[in-house]
Formats: sequence, structure tokens, C-alpha cells
Amino acid sequence: MIAVLKHELRLYFHSLTAYVFGAFLLVFVGIGAMMYNIQAAVSNFEYVLSFSCLVFVVIVPILTMRVIAEERRQKTDQLLYSLPITTTQVIVGKYLALLAVYLIPLAIICLYPLIFAQFGDVYLPTSYGSIAAFFILGAALIALGVFISSLTENQGFAAGIGVAVILFNYYSVSLSEYVSSTAFGSFAVLCVFVVILAAVINHLTKNENLAYGIGLVLIAGLAALYFVDSTKFAGLVPNIMTKLSLFERFYTFVNGVFDMTAIVYYLTVIAFFLFLSVQSLEKRRYN
Amino acid sequence: MISVEHLTKYYGDFLAVDDLSFEIDEGHVYGFLGPNGAGKSTTMNIMTGCLSATEGHVRIDGHDIFDEPDKAKRLIGYLPEIPPLYVSETPEEYLRFVGEAKGLKGSVLREQIDKVIADTRIGDVRKRRISALSKGYRQRVGIAQALLGNPKVIILDEPTIGLDPIQIIEIRDLIRDLGRSHTVIFSSHILSEVQTICDRILIIAKGKLVVFDEPQNLERRLLTPDEINLKAEASETEIRRILSGVGHISEMNVKEEAGGGCSGAYPYGLRGYL
Repeated sequence: MIAVLKHELRLYFHSLTAYVFGAFLLVFVGIGAMMYNIQAAVSNFEYVLSFSCLVFVVIVPILTMRVIAEERRQKTDQLLYSLPITTTQVIVGKYLALLAVYLIPLAIICLYPLIFAQFGDVYLPTSYGSIAAFFILGAALIALGVFISSLTENQGFAAGIGVAVILFNYYSVSLSEYVSSTAFGSFAVLCVFVVILAAVINHLTKNENLAYGIGLVLIAGLAALYFVDSTKFAGLVPNIMTKLSLFERFYTFVNGVFDMTAIVYYLTVIAFFLFLSVQSLEKRRYN
Repeated sequence: MISVEHLTKYYGDFLAVDDLSFEIDEGHVYGFLGPNGAGKSTTMNIMTGCLSATEGHVRIDGHDIFDEPDKAKRLIGYLPEIPPLYVSETPEEYLRFVGEAKGLKGSVLREQIDKVIADTRIGDVRKRRISALSKGYRQRVGIAQALLGNPKVIILDEPTIGLDPIQIIEIRDLIRDLGRSHTVIFSSHILSEVQTICDRILIIAKGKLVVFDEPQNLERRLLTPDEINLKAEASETEIRRILSGVGHISEMNVKEEAGGGCSGAYPYGLRGYL
């Protein structure tokens, strides 16, 4: 695991990836700090973070697109399989390297509230609470990016899908207001989700029977629930979209509440996607 | 050293390896021979833990590659068909990563890296980027990687493919040298290559083991088909009398046919598989 971590870090700092990622993050946070803290003279650094979390849509896919896709393209994944290390160690090592790359610009950002505190009253607990939440939000999105990268051997494809998924997640709360909140509307949308899930399972396992089976069982379950008690479905999809939004929970921290349930939520998301990435790598051995 | 038992591998419906079993002893050079698509790479990938088997077992020194991958993989160095190189690194950096992943540390790691660089003769390019190296050098960096950690068995998948004649000779010499201190298994679809380097030859066709023998025996079997059929216009006694004067005939069957003594001609032997 340490070997993978060191190796990945060397690769990031040999190529432009780590620098581009850091530069983008610092520029965006810098612009935010200039707008809010300097021009508008607001003493809340957390607003800057809430403004700049949009940058994740671009920089997380840039950072994570090559992490596994490139191993597949260059066939170096064969080396990883033949070495006496487990796939879990490979994924965790790679993930920790990504976090290290992410922590370096974040360490610089940590200085900003201290600098601003020299010139006025900054409420530091909220500032640093928000920075901590900003870190774990980014960490969750990176875990998502690692998983997307593990699905393909084309970096560009991994980046594109990554941007689309994170953007959708970013706007999911605003979008949820436009989604039908009637019971039948929710039912229909959930059925579509089940079909997408079945397609993903089919792609991952190459087992059509399993994918069809899971799809049909879930749709049958939904239909049964719908006929028994259709009121449960009213407003369900907008609700789910709000609950799944990683960004929405971050705004709680910006508003000054250190929400432990959100931290647990983020950690669960990280564990979930890393687990899926390990399975995705393992699956190559069982094709 | 390595025992492969009833190995079977299906890709979907396609049967790539069909109930393969063999034993490999310590300290020889083994050649895996077979046409493209015979299942050589698949077998090697399974033996090194890169691929799962549909059925069967692979044991390295008694350690099952699937149940005890950590112990089993430490005994093997593997060079896949396409050398798995990180082309943005130098050979030294690359070897350091592989060495660390194999659990080597500090001065042991440094000594090992220097040793494999000397063994594979890549000292001149150790600080150059792998992307700038020729195919022959890349192949050697791949072999150097397999040698790290001093594994007992070295498995090389088509190590001479795509190289020019001089590079091929160099890689063959290297394999012969390695054979003195390691068990080496390498695959090829060139018979003469396998004959010149190997102590034992395994021929695989359509996922099945066809021959497992020493090169000299193989040569004899290739040059002399086991059976020769003759068609002659003569009676049985005449034929027996003439052929009894010819040496090296162990058995004779004569069949009388309606229009005179005869039979079809079909030399059978190994040629059908090569």
C-alpha cells in the first residue's frame, strides 16, 4: 500500500496533474476570497468555500480520470495483479495519494482565515469547520471519480462522465423542484433508475441473467408498493435527490452547524465507492 | 515446484484452456509452445494470479495461487506479453516501485535493483525515461522487474516477440543465463527458439497439453513419423520379405485388398499441431 502510495505521488508530481489541480483550486478560492472577503469586506471565510465548491466539477475529474483507466490502457494493471499486494491495497494506496495531492493546496487555503483575522474579526471555528467539511466533500467526490475511472480504459470518457455526474449532483437540489412530485411520476422515475442500475450491473458483471433478474425484481417490488400504498411515492424522487446531494450537506457547515451525520454520510460514500472500485478491479480477473 | 491440476478456463462460452495438468520441477528452462490462441497466455495469466480459473488449481511450492496469493506470488516473477511499464518513469524509479511492492526495503532494495540492472544489462539507460527506450530495452526492463525479489520461478510470456534478430539473440542468452539460477518458463510460437534454449518442452494446442518432453525426443518424433503406410502391388509374403531387410521397423501390419495389397498413406505425429 505504501509502495503504491509513493509511486502514485511520484507520477502526479512528475506530470502536470497535481499542479493543474492545485492551481485551479487555489485560483478559484483566491477569486472567491477577493470577491467576498476583500471587495465586499465580509468576514466569513465559509462563504468563499460555498462559492468555490463548484470548482470540484472540473478539477476532481481532471485528478481522477487517469487513476485506473490509464493502468488498463497501458496494461500495467497486469503488473498490479501479479505483485504480492491485494487489490484493496492498490485502491486504498491510490486513494490516499489523491488525498495527499488534494491536501497540499488545502493547507495553503488554511492560512487565509488567519491572514484575514489580522485585519478584522473572523469567527475561526466556522471557518475551519467549513474547511474540514470542504476537505471531506472533496474526498467523497474523489472516491466517486476513482470508481468512474475504474469502469473504462479511456481517460477522456472517465473525465466526461465524472463532470456530468458531479454537475448533476451539484444541481440535483435545484433540479428536484422541477421533478414531478406526484406518486405516479416518482414511480416512473424510479423505474427508469432501476433500468439504469440493471444496465450498470450488466456492464460490470457481463451477466445478463443477473442484471435482468435484479431489474425485474426491483420493478416488481416498486409496482407492488405502488399499488398497495401509492401515497408513499408522492414527493419521493425530489426527496431522494435532495438526500443524495453531497453539496447540499456541505451548506449546513457553511451556515455554522458542524453536522456529524453529514460527516458519517460522506465517510459512507467514500467507503462505498472505494469498495465498488475494488470490485471493479477484481472483476477483471473473473471475466 | 509448480503443479497445475485440471485447469479449465472459459471466456463466456469459449473454452480457452481445457483440463490442463502438468508438474514443473525446480531448476530447468521450460518452453511453452503452441500456435496463437492455443491458450498459452491464458495459462500463464492463471499461473501468476492475474486471471481466475473456471476450474482447477495452481500450486506454487504447495501454496495455492488463489487461496494464498501473497505467499505464492512472492515465488514468481512474471513478464506479461506486453511489458507492464510506466513509460513516464525511468527504469530505476520503476524498479524501485516494483521492489517496494514486493516488500523489499532499504539497502536490500538498492542491492537488488543494482543486481537486476546488471543482470539484464540496462545500466546505460537506467536514468532515461522508459518512453524513450527501444523495444529491446523495454523488454529487458520488464524482465528486470520479474527478477526483483529473487523469485524461484520466472515466467515470461513471448519475451522475443517483436524484437529484431540481434535483440532476440540477446534475450535468448539472457534466458539461458537465468536458467542456471532460476526455474524459467517461457512461451513462444517458434519451435527452433524453444528447442535451442529449453530443457523441457510443453506443447499446447486448443487449450490441451499435447506434448511434454525433452527437445531431443521431440526432434526425433518430429523427424520420424511413427507410422508409414505403403501401397504395393505385391503379395503379403513378398512385402514381408522385402521389408524385413529394412532397419528400424518395429511393427508391420499388412492388409490384403481386392485389387492387390494396399492401404492409405497418412504420416501422423506432431506436425499436425505445429
